[in-house]
Amino acid sequence: MTKPFHTARSAFWRGFRDGVPFILIVVPFGVVFGVVAIEAGFTVAQSMAFTISTYAGAAQLTAIQLMSEGAPLAIVILTALAVNARMAMYSASLAPHVGKAPMWQRAMMGYLMVDQTYAMSSMVYERHPTMTLAAKTGYYFGIASLIWPVWASASLAGAVLGNLIPAWVPLGFAVPIAFMAMIGPMLRTLAHVAAAFVSVTGALILSPVPYSLGLLIAAVLAMITGAQVEVWMQRRRAEP
Amino acid sequence: MSISTTELWIMIAALGLGTFLLRFSFLALLGNRELPDGLLRLLRYTPVAVIPGLMAPQIFLPVAGATGPDPIKLAAAVVTVMVGVWSKNVIGAMIAGVAVLSLLTWLAG
Repeated sequence: MTKPFHTARSAFWRGFRDGVPFILIVVPFGVVFGVVAIEAGFTVAQSMAFTISTYAGAAQLTAIQLMSEGAPLAIVILTALAVNARMAMYSASLAPHVGKAPMWQRAMMGYLMVDQTYAMSSMVYERHPTMTLAAKTGYYFGIASLIWPVWASASLAGAVLGNLIPAWVPLGFAVPIAFMAMIGPMLRTLAHVAAAFVSVTGALILSPVPYSLGLLIAAVLAMITGAQVEVWMQRRRAEP
Repeated sequence: MSISTTELWIMIAALGLGTFLLRFSFLALLGNRELPDGLLRLLRYTPVAVIPGLMAPQIFLPVAGATGPDPIKLAAAVVTVMVGVWSKNVIGAMIAGVAVLSLLTWLAG
């Protein structure tokens, strides 16, 4: 069981194989992004530049959604970056494992960081404490080498083939459905539920606030709520 | 789209760079510097704090010229979220939502 993690090469291929199930998640999202970007007025080149430089589906869809609502540029950028703020947490959690890798490798790891690469790698690093640094980075690049091309080709397929989708398919609602599908699995604890509740009620009450700022305010309140509920729950559990 | 081509490229560049900096942030710092617990705790809730709020007005608020929310979208949204909560499966929830949306749109003809 521990054998595949001995060398960088075997760890790479183990990571590559462990990434295979994620294709099922990455392909539909990539295609939806491609289709929606073209619908929103992007050229194929623009949607590919976006999907390759940002490489974060939820943030890309958030940006497109806000743009089509006419939000100002700064709000579009800030809100989409807020969706990605969790990556700083991933980065902090990976640093103790791979912090001694060469800078260029850490930069590559940063660029290639998505929920799937982070979740699988950190789980494997915890389970196999004897992994060498080379095996750890190998494993990470193994998953990433599968996910990245799949994401890029799915986006391209969506952007190029999107206009072949018949008019009766309710495409206008593709982004909301994609996002709504992500919400259920996110509600892992009471703290997540509380954060989602504040996010929804806050966004509704604050929707008249100009420049789409209401969402950003609601999101900050929701983050504070989630963190606070987590603290309360820990305290309750600690009590006898 | 109300945004100009220049603005679009600015957005692409800013999001590309900003996202990279968020990802690279702590990997770039040498050593095992720890984040304060309070900050980690806040970051944990970023997606769940933004995405439901992003969707809520589209689902619950009336579109221009209507008196209430669009019942078809509302039904599809409720089913999608419920299937997601129940199955913990993003793709399953997506398929359920698209199915309800297509079926109701077809029935409403």
